Amino acid sequence: MGLFNFAVDKNKKLDRDPTLYNQMPNGLFIDCPYCGERFYEKQLGPAKVCPNCGYGFRLTAHERLALLTTHFVEMDKNIKATKTDFPGYAQKLARAKHQTQMNEAVLTGIATMQGRRIALGIMDTHFIMGSLGAAVGEKITRLFERALKERLPLVLFTASGGARMQEGINSLMQMAKISAAVAEFQAAGLFYLVVLTDPTTGGVTASFAMQGDVILAEPHALVGFAGRRVIEQTVQEKLPADFQRAETLLKSGFVDQVVAREDLPATISRLVAMHGGKS
Amino acid sequence: MRLFKKELTPAEVVKRSREDRFDSRELINGIFTDFFELHGDRLSADDPSIIGGLAMLGEQPVTVIATNKGKNLDEKLTTHNGSPEPSGYRKALRLMQAAAKFNRPIITFINTPGAYPGKAAEENGQGAAIAQDILTSMKLPVPIIAIIFGEGGSGGALALATADQVWMVDNSTYSILSPEGFASILWKDSKRADEAAEVMGLTAKDLLAAGVIDYIIPDSRSKRVFQLLRARLNREIGQLQTLAPSTLLKQRHARFRKF
Repeated sequence: MGLFNFAVDKNKKLDRDPTLYNQMPNGLFIDCPYCGERFYEKQLGPAKVCPNCGYGFRLTAHERLALLTTHFVEMDKNIKATKTDFPGYAQKLARAKHQTQMNEAVLTGIATMQGRRIALGIMDTHFIMGSLGAAVGEKITRLFERALKERLPLVLFTASGGARMQEGINSLMQMAKISAAVAEFQAAGLFYLVVLTDPTTGGVTASFAMQGDVILAEPHALVGFAGRRVIEQTVQEKLPADFQRAETLLKSGFVDQVVAREDLPATISRLVAMHGGKS
Repeated sequence: MRLFKKELTPAEVVKRSREDRFDSRELINGIFTDFFELHGDRLSADDPSIIGGLAMLGEQPVTVIATNKGKNLDEKLTTHNGSPEPSGYRKALRLMQAAAKFNRPIITFINTPGAYPGKAAEENGQGAAIAQDILTSMKLPVPIIAIIFGEGGSGGALALATADQVWMVDNSTYSILSPEGFASILWKDSKRADEAAEVMGLTAKDLLAAGVIDYIIPDSRSKRVFQLLRARLNREIGQLQTLAPSTLLKQRHARFRKF
C-alpha cells in the first residue's frame, strides 16, 4: 500500500492489455441500472427485463410496440419540430432522427390488441431524452383528437426527461395543450390509460402522465417531478434508492398498480375491456 | 424616449423580476375589496406559499388564488420564497372547483421560481398536484384570468396559468426554467445564466409576440395600476361571462391548441 496508490488506481484502464480488451465484443455483459447486477446480455430476452430485480430496461418505441402488438398503423409520421432556431438544436434533431429512425420522441397510431382497436402512444427516450417539444405535443394531442373522434380508448406509455429546453416556453405550452385534449377526451367518457416507464419526469409528470383514468407503472421505473440532484441540493441530504420509484409511488397512492413488462399486454386488454371497449 | 426610460436587457429583466415589487396581499387588497381568505387543501395541510380566498371585484364576487413569497426572511423560509408544495396546488384546486360551483370568475396571481423541489414535495405527488390543476383548469366553465407579476417559473407557474387570458406585469418573466437551470442543463454551466436569458424569450414583450400572454401591465407601483387592473378585469371578465360555458371552454382549449 504505497502512498500514491490512488494515483495508480486512477489510471487502471491503462494497465489493461489493449489487445485483449479490444477482442471483447461490445455489449456482451450488461449492468442493471437499478440493482447493479451484472449479467450476460442475452439473459435479458426481447422484453429486456433484469432477471434479478425485474427492472425493465429502456426500450425504443419500436421495441416496445413489438412487445404489444403486430397490428399498428402509424399516424403523423412527418410531424417535425418547427421552432428550431436555438443554436445547435437543428443538428441535434437531425442526429436524433438518424439514430432512432423516428421523426420525433413519440410514436403514435392506431393499434389492435387482442381484437380491440386502441389509440396507442409510445414515448422514446432515445430521441433527445423523450423531451416534450411542440412536435411531441402535437402528435399526442392529435392522438387524443383522433381517439375522441373514433371513440377509442387511449393507451400512452410515458418516458421523458421533461421539457424540450431548446424550444423554451413553447415546450411548457405543450403541457397545457395536451391537458386540454385530455380534458375533452375524458369529458366524452372515454378511457385514458397511462403506463409510466423509466424515466418519466418533469413537465410530463406534471401534466398528462398523471392525468390517466388508470395509471400503471413498470417495476422500479423512475417517476418524479424535480430531478434528484436538484432535490439533494435543496434539502441537503442523500435520497434513498427507492426515492421516486414506481413502488414508492404505489405506496403513496399515485399509481394504481406496478405491472411487470411481460404482463402488460394482457393487463392493458383487460382494463380496456372493463372500460367498455368492444372487441 | 429611450433617454428617459431605458428598456431593460433580458438579464436585467430576470433580476428585476426577482425584486419583490408587490407583495401578494398588497396586490389583492389593492385591486379587490373585502378579501376573505380560505385556508387549507382539505386533505392534509395549508401551504402558506399559496394564498386563496373570496373577494369582490366591484359588484362581482370572485375567487382569488395567488402564490406568495412572503415579506421577510421568516415568511420566505416558510413559503420557500413562493415555491408551492403539493398541498398548495391542492388548495388552489379545491378553490377553483368551488369557484366553478358558485359561478365565480377566477383570478390568479403568479410570482414563483417554480414548484418546490423538496423530498416531501415529491413524496406527496408534486407532479400529480400540478397535473390536476392544469387538467381541472381546462374543465371549469368560469372565466379564468392569470396575472404574472414577477417570476413565472415553469410548471409551477403553469399550474395557475392555464387561463382564458394571461397578463404580465412588464419586467416579469415566464419561462420553462430559470436561466440558471437552463444554462446548467444545456451548457453545463449555470454561470452563463445571463446568456441564457437572452435566448430564452422570457420577457413580456417576447411572450406577447409569441401569443403566450395577452397583455402587458405597466411596471409601476402607482395606485393607477390597481385602477387599471380593476377596470380591465371588469371588462374582460364581463365579456367572458357572456359566452356560453361550452364556448368559453372551447376558446380556452383553442388558446393552447395553437402552440
